Amino acid sequence: MTAARSSARSSVTSGARPAHLRPGLVALVVLGGTLGTGLRHGLDLALPPVDGVPLTIAAINVAGAFLLGLLLETVARRGPEDDRAQRVRLLLGTGVLGGFTTYSALAVDTALLLDDRPLVGLGYAAGTLVLGLVASVGGVAVAAGRRRTHGGTA
Amino acid sequence: MTGELLFCAVALAGGGGAGLRFVVDGAVRARLGDGFPWGTWLVNLSGSFALGLMTGLAASTLLPDDLGLVLGTGLLGGYTTFSTAAVDTVLLAREGRHAAALLNGVGMLVVAVVAAAAGYALGA
Repeated sequence: MTAARSSARSSVTSGARPAHLRPGLVALVVLGGTLGTGLRHGLDLALPPVDGVPLTIAAINVAGAFLLGLLLETVARRGPEDDRAQRVRLLLGTGVLGGFTTYSALAVDTALLLDDRPLVGLGYAAGTLVLGLVASVGGVAVAAGRRRTHGGTA
Repeated sequence: MTGELLFCAVALAGGGGAGLRFVVDGAVRARLGDGFPWGTWLVNLSGSFALGLMTGLAASTLLPDDLGLVLGTGLLGGYTTFSTAAVDTVLLAREGRHAAALLNGVGMLVVAVVAAAAGYALGA
């Protein structure tokens, strides 16, 4: 099991009530999701699709995947997650980055492009997926490297 | 609706969608455990189907544009998430669970696109 996945796990099992049933923590996710969605919508309005291809949404998803990898690995490498780290992860990760990135638009835009221009649709889906995964690996690696540099642990 | 008000409504709906995702994901984890991100699957597939349906309804002008923006870009955009799906896929691969990683990466997208197309066909 990796550090990041085990830390996501502990949030469910630790404490008196599961995190998703604690109103204060749900409120943090709602607040973060409002900010992330506002940022996504603002960027989408400022930079509209190019020739019908929603490149801004793709870039948002790739950037969000990098930042979430960076955040989760940074939190995980600090050791067992305390209350403060959990709140930061829920506000910025589950909330802001979860709301900033979107899967439904990726799925619907891909379906519509596939219907209209199959190669473009395939390229859009595969490109977002591959770049998103590479970005996640990059975010995790940056957090790991930074921790080694500053933490002194190999 | 004015531009500023509509923008705020989209953002707030996205916050509601994110909160809903957190609650749905937590409820699924509580039942099925953390071995595989089934919660994110449920969220992303249901959200993709719903956005497909709404896009179809909007195309057949059964759904007003402003409402479509608030519910689609806002609520469903905030409800579904790409970043968690991507990072989970990488972490599954790092654990050596390559089949699970492939399923979570490619499988989720294929099923979500099918769900979106089915929703669109139903709404249009």
